[in-house]
Amino acid sequence: MTVRVQAGDFDAGAEMARMRRGDPRIGAIACFVGVVRDLNEGESVAEMTLEHYPGMTEKALEKIVSEARSRWDLYDVLVVHRIGTLKPTDQIVLVVVAGAHRGEAFDACEFLMDYLKTRAPFWKKESTPAGSRWVEARGSDDAAAGRWGRT
Amino acid sequence: MKPDDSRIATIEVLYFASLRETLGRDRERIELPARVGSVAELTEWLRRRGGAWERELAAGRPVRIAVNQDMAEPATPLQAGDEVAYFPPVTGG
Repeated sequence: MTVRVQAGDFDAGAEMARMRRGDPRIGAIACFVGVVRDLNEGESVAEMTLEHYPGMTEKALEKIVSEARSRWDLYDVLVVHRIGTLKPTDQIVLVVVAGAHRGEAFDACEFLMDYLKTRAPFWKKESTPAGSRWVEARGSDDAAAGRWGRT
Repeated sequence: MKPDDSRIATIEVLYFASLRETLGRDRERIELPARVGSVAELTEWLRRRGGAWERELAAGRPVRIAVNQDMAEPATPLQAGDEVAYFPPVTGG
């Protein structure tokens, strides 16, 4: 399966091993793991809750993966995004991309994260000493997604 | 059976994240008035509820709208049975 939205944790090493063993053409695997930090916008974060739009989130992620596959020659792609309550040091998101060479693997991995951050319906709510607050979207994320050009 | 345009069209409207909280509901079934045929017209119709609706859905607010789980534009047409979702800009990853 290419896209998973789940409450449970994931094992990046196991996912990469499975990918590598499944296809001897693979010469490069790029992997990105997003992690919950204990600080955001100057406030300490005790935990965060990730909300999503069941159905649309999976569909949006599939679309982003298809877009990456149309831009680069990739042998395998996996996106795992967690939902529910997470604490600092917890893993949030995993992107694994396999190709023949590192160039397309690195680029596609970064592209997937940039698009995921601006197009996949997930929302973070943080608990801080001042109370809980919804995280606001960042202009820098739009700029990062924009540099890949129009789709 | 051929759908009759003069009949009441029902749509499902979903709200997520901060909008779900400020508007006080996560979903509702709405019988579309005949004059509401697009996303922009639905938003205007919801805004007329006043209070938080007027405030949160005001022009210029960062609200995203999806129809049947695809991102929509103000001009996107609405039909009976559609699933429309209102939510703030996404913050995953």
